[in-house]
Amino acid sequence: MAPSDIRQVILDILSRIAPDEDLSNLDDSVSFRQQMELDSMDFLDIVMELRKQYRVQIPEEDYPNLVSMDSTVKYLTPILKDTPAK
Amino acid sequence: MVKFSDRIDVKYGTIIIGAGMSGLAAGIRLAYYDQPVVILERHTTIGGLNSLYRLRGRNYDVGLHAVTNYATKGTKVGPLSKLLRQLRISWDDFDLSPQKGSVVSFPGHDVKFTNDFAFFHSEVEREFPSQKDGFANLVNAINTFDELDLSQEPVSARTVLQRHITDPVLIDLLFCPLMFYGSATPRDMDFSQFVVMFKSIFQQGFGRPYAGVRQILKKLVRKFKEQGGELKLRHGVQQILVKDSKAYGVILDDGTQLEADHVLSSIGVAETLKLCPGYERIPEESPSFRPGDISFCETIYVIKDQPRDLGHDPTIVFYNRAPEFTYDVPTEPCDLRSGIICSPNNFNYGLDEHGNEILLEEGIMRITALANPDYWLNLDPDAYIAAKENWEQRIYNASLGYMPDFRSQILDIDMFTPKTIKRFTGHLNGCVYGSPVKHLQGKTPINNLYLCGTDQGFLGIIGSMLSGITMANNHILSAS
Repeated sequence: MAPSDIRQVILDILSRIAPDEDLSNLDDSVSFRQQMELDSMDFLDIVMELRKQYRVQIPEEDYPNLVSMDSTVKYLTPILKDTPAK
Repeated sequence: MVKFSDRIDVKYGTIIIGAGMSGLAAGIRLAYYDQPVVILERHTTIGGLNSLYRLRGRNYDVGLHAVTNYATKGTKVGPLSKLLRQLRISWDDFDLSPQKGSVVSFPGHDVKFTNDFAFFHSEVEREFPSQKDGFANLVNAINTFDELDLSQEPVSARTVLQRHITDPVLIDLLFCPLMFYGSATPRDMDFSQFVVMFKSIFQQGFGRPYAGVRQILKKLVRKFKEQGGELKLRHGVQQILVKDSKAYGVILDDGTQLEADHVLSSIGVAETLKLCPGYERIPEESPSFRPGDISFCETIYVIKDQPRDLGHDPTIVFYNRAPEFTYDVPTEPCDLRSGIICSPNNFNYGLDEHGNEILLEEGIMRITALANPDYWLNLDPDAYIAAKENWEQRIYNASLGYMPDFRSQILDIDMFTPKTIKRFTGHLNGCVYGSPVKHLQGKTPINNLYLCGTDQGFLGIIGSMLSGITMANNHILSAS
């Protein structure tokens, strides 16, 4: 997957976690916590959704990489580069 | 999986005992993450302590007066939004309409509250001017308290309140709705439970779906089944299978054996241990596993008119007629000194396309009073019916200072007692808010057997669902 596909995967996960949230104005450089009030339960869900959909295991020490859209895409790009987009 | 005998035919990731709010919410989480999960329910319908039934052509709710923890659509923080995110449910699915306004009525003091906490704060200041600073300090202590810390030790709420408030009437008045809507302990609460209830009732407030509890239960069941979860009604569990201190399945009432990696029980800690061979006596021997005994009688009146047309506007009235408020198991069959009057009509259900207010089709009044479980559970059938009629009238008459006399308007009446609750939910003593000692971590003396629901300790409708979610997350999903 290319970075743009990964961004879409994360957007889909976020819209599942927060179906009432308008994600069209999401600022990729600002933290999810700040924009969407995501808490630790929600971050665990992003990790579990990735595991469920793409069999990606993210170790707990890497969770800080999931702080914003920019950092998440950057972190996942090498991990998902050989995974086809759905 | 291959079926190799009639006795062992399926192995699940998780077996959940009880299809109430907490069990269903836990089930949704597990099924969503592809766990093979089954919910076993002995009763013919779902809901547990917040259930529904049909009688003489009408739908009735049992349990839910109002959903506490109300939040408007788009709210990003707080228990309701956390719950919706975890269950992948939209705010619109629960269809919550806010209350019109409720009141705590004590001799000489009426304190009103809505879903706007500033209004309640000003009401307390108006009725108790000498307590203004103390109340502000209490609110500050509540706001800075972390009630989600599952590792905390119990602290007496009464002691904390007495530190800030010197008027015992105000202390009782604050306790009254919070105890009525969630306290498993008589006369006092653990401060963390007090904070949970204070926030959920006074700071967040009440809402209700137009269709009542079935709106929420239907969404939960649909969501659970969509994710592949199995729900089995009329499937009671007679035994939890334990080997080497580890749970590995259950035996159903009909003798069928089901195996699982985890068992999550919502039926109460004492009720759960009584199903485990070798552990049955623990609830009698150890105070921390004892069942609760706070229970209620409630009469539901269907009336011809909307309550407001009879001059009754409040959503919920919490009243206390005595100099002191006593929340305890009464020595009498029911406690006539205090009660709750709930009118599901008095929520703001919005406007229809013609601009008219949306109203429930019929008027409903529900009157609730503390009840003595021993008395109600031990009556013979004839005496039971006579006692219901007698106490219905006595509770009604005791409530007349707080509502209009609508007796001539009544279309139908139904009443439940601790006996009804025990019969349909299996909770010992017909207990409504679970064991006095909560098990916040959800652990039991048996490995792979966890608790959710009232005895784990998150309170209210939203709390019960968060209980199931949190226990599924902490014990099962994060372990997988």
